[in-house]
Amino acid sequence: MELQCPMPQLDFEVITLGHGSGGLLTNKLLETGVFDLLKNEYLDQHHDGATFTLQGPLAFSTDSYVVSPIFFPGGNIGELAVNGTVNDLAMCGAIPRYLSLAFILEEGLMMQDFWKILLSIKFAAERAGVQIVTGDTKVVERGKGDKIFINTSGIGTLHPQAQISKSRVQVGDRILISGNIAAHGIAILSLRQGLQFDSEIQSDTVNLNHTVARLLDQFGEKIHLLHDPTRGGVATVLNEMARDTRLGVEIWQKQLPVAEDVYGACELLGLDPLYVANEGIFMAFVAPEVADAALEMLRADENGAEATIIGEVVAAHPKQVILHSSIGGKRVVNMPLGEQLPRIC
Amino acid sequence: MKYISEYRDADLVAQYLEEIRHTVTRPWTIMEVCGGQTHSLVKNGILNLLPPEVQMVHGPGCPVCVTPLNLIDKAVYLAEEKGVILCSYGDMIRVPGSKRSLLESKARGADVRILYSPLEAVKIAQENPDREVVFFAVGFETTAPANALSVIHAQRAGVPNYSILASHVLVPPAIEAVMNDPDSNIQGFLAAGHVCAIMGIDEYYPLVDRYKIPIVVTGFEPVDLVQGILMTVRQLEKGEHYLENQYSRVVKPEGNPEAQKVIQRIFTIADREWRGIGVIPMSGYEVRPEYVAYDANIKFNVNIEKAAESAECIAGLVLKGIKKPQECPQFGRGCTPQMPLGAPMVSSEGACAAYHHFSQAMEEVSA
Repeated sequence: MELQCPMPQLDFEVITLGHGSGGLLTNKLLETGVFDLLKNEYLDQHHDGATFTLQGPLAFSTDSYVVSPIFFPGGNIGELAVNGTVNDLAMCGAIPRYLSLAFILEEGLMMQDFWKILLSIKFAAERAGVQIVTGDTKVVERGKGDKIFINTSGIGTLHPQAQISKSRVQVGDRILISGNIAAHGIAILSLRQGLQFDSEIQSDTVNLNHTVARLLDQFGEKIHLLHDPTRGGVATVLNEMARDTRLGVEIWQKQLPVAEDVYGACELLGLDPLYVANEGIFMAFVAPEVADAALEMLRADENGAEATIIGEVVAAHPKQVILHSSIGGKRVVNMPLGEQLPRIC
Repeated sequence: MKYISEYRDADLVAQYLEEIRHTVTRPWTIMEVCGGQTHSLVKNGILNLLPPEVQMVHGPGCPVCVTPLNLIDKAVYLAEEKGVILCSYGDMIRVPGSKRSLLESKARGADVRILYSPLEAVKIAQENPDREVVFFAVGFETTAPANALSVIHAQRAGVPNYSILASHVLVPPAIEAVMNDPDSNIQGFLAAGHVCAIMGIDEYYPLVDRYKIPIVVTGFEPVDLVQGILMTVRQLEKGEHYLENQYSRVVKPEGNPEAQKVIQRIFTIADREWRGIGVIPMSGYEVRPEYVAYDANIKFNVNIEKAAESAECIAGLVLKGIKKPQECPQFGRGCTPQMPLGAPMVSSEGACAAYHHFSQAMEEVSA
């Protein structure tokens, strides 16, 4: 969606080294730009950090966002930076509360682009129901960054019914996935490589915390583990889980939800959707007795229309992930080696 | 995708597998020449579904795997020492040269770019007139038309700073090399469907006659592969040998004449070194003398001493189907996708990597 909010009256069009100096220019950028837009009682204090009180067990997470290009179909680096950390907290079973926001800007970044990113950050934070309470801005010389890097850290209170831990994963657990896989990675790759497909493949970046909270409200401790399969994709999450729990995993290729256009793009590029990055989906390892109900609930949710049960945790072949191919064969799904590279033919 | 899903039909695959089981009466060894077919066989778990009498052996059809060490060293040299913008298909950049891979060169600051088409490289050359741009033109007959076309485009557009480092290999001479090896026990071939889509099928008739082996031109989807295997087994069981085309929906007997013309305009057939195998006579393409200005080999006159392959790597035996990847003492131990000794462990088309990724410990799993 295109966010509408006029850019403030500024006497500069691009970010310069002065905007990171801590002096007048920095103040102008922050006062007129960032603080006014993200306004809340904590930022209004203009202090070195935010002070607040939170009750009960907490979750804390941090992540850095260096995506290139910074604008892509379905989103930009700003909302990715908010959604990513919000989702990391949600995967801990937490209700995200406060975020920090740190920018590393490259000299020459267009103020108009920075403004668009800020608007997306504001919208994403509002949608997730989190407040950005502290932050930082640095500017590096042209050529020493890639337009903009963002770090977000977040703190959240644990959902009272949440008992999310790898140690709770058991044989028989069903593995739910909340939506179509591989969209984000293919959206970025197609833009980076200048590839054009029949339809524009959009990133799936979105905040998942409300969906996860509803799931925890209803099924509580029956949800054993949550994970968002970002870099490394679904295959990495499954392998890490199998390795750490010393249990086996079986998944069914027929059940893997992949949108037709994304599937076609993966075929063309020689990429396995199991290894491609996602941003707006999560995997849940749930007790078998609630699996169908949890699936039904997910499918009724705005973020879960394509949800499926893709597999289950087994005692056989510990630490290994086995895929049952759609033609009835079996194969091992390994950890990816590194970035997936397209094949020659 | 409907067109593809029909060739992934589980019922049809099961039906063909049942027919193979009914047909086979004794052991047969069949080679799938193409790395893409190897990849599909293991990715879809087909090898475990075949009766034990049918042994599939993986051929030399991974273009990345058979690109000579010396040529990778040349590409690294051009990127690092000559400062060229070195463009390549993705899976080529991980393959180790004698010192390092192009991926490592990139990390050290060389301008190495991953592309999907050589025409992009011509565009990069147009956008960077003060830099030399080299496309690492690797592949079988399938990628040759696009690579040749890039030279034609560069010439037409007057782009003097573009050239290709050609490493093209051809399938029929590879089949001959496999059959001429005294240790070979291959009794039938699945020929690579997409190569025949370009070149047609005529080149395979003499091979069928000379070596008295069935050759079935086969596609890449599960239904294609099991049907191709069934067609081969039927011939073997009857003691017959002829050329069949399983992939007739794509492969016309005459191939693609337009693509062939483009290839012939730019390339000429020459002896070629295959990594792990050695020189196979008349088994590759090199740039014709009239297009020498676009031949990076000549343009930069790079003379690099030939380095020796790892003594522990049995890639040549794997590529000729004499050994299976897991029969290598280093498989999964001294040689892994993270630390490969040889190219077949690097490329996703490579037999060793395909086995390592998909079939590792499958015996244990199946038990």
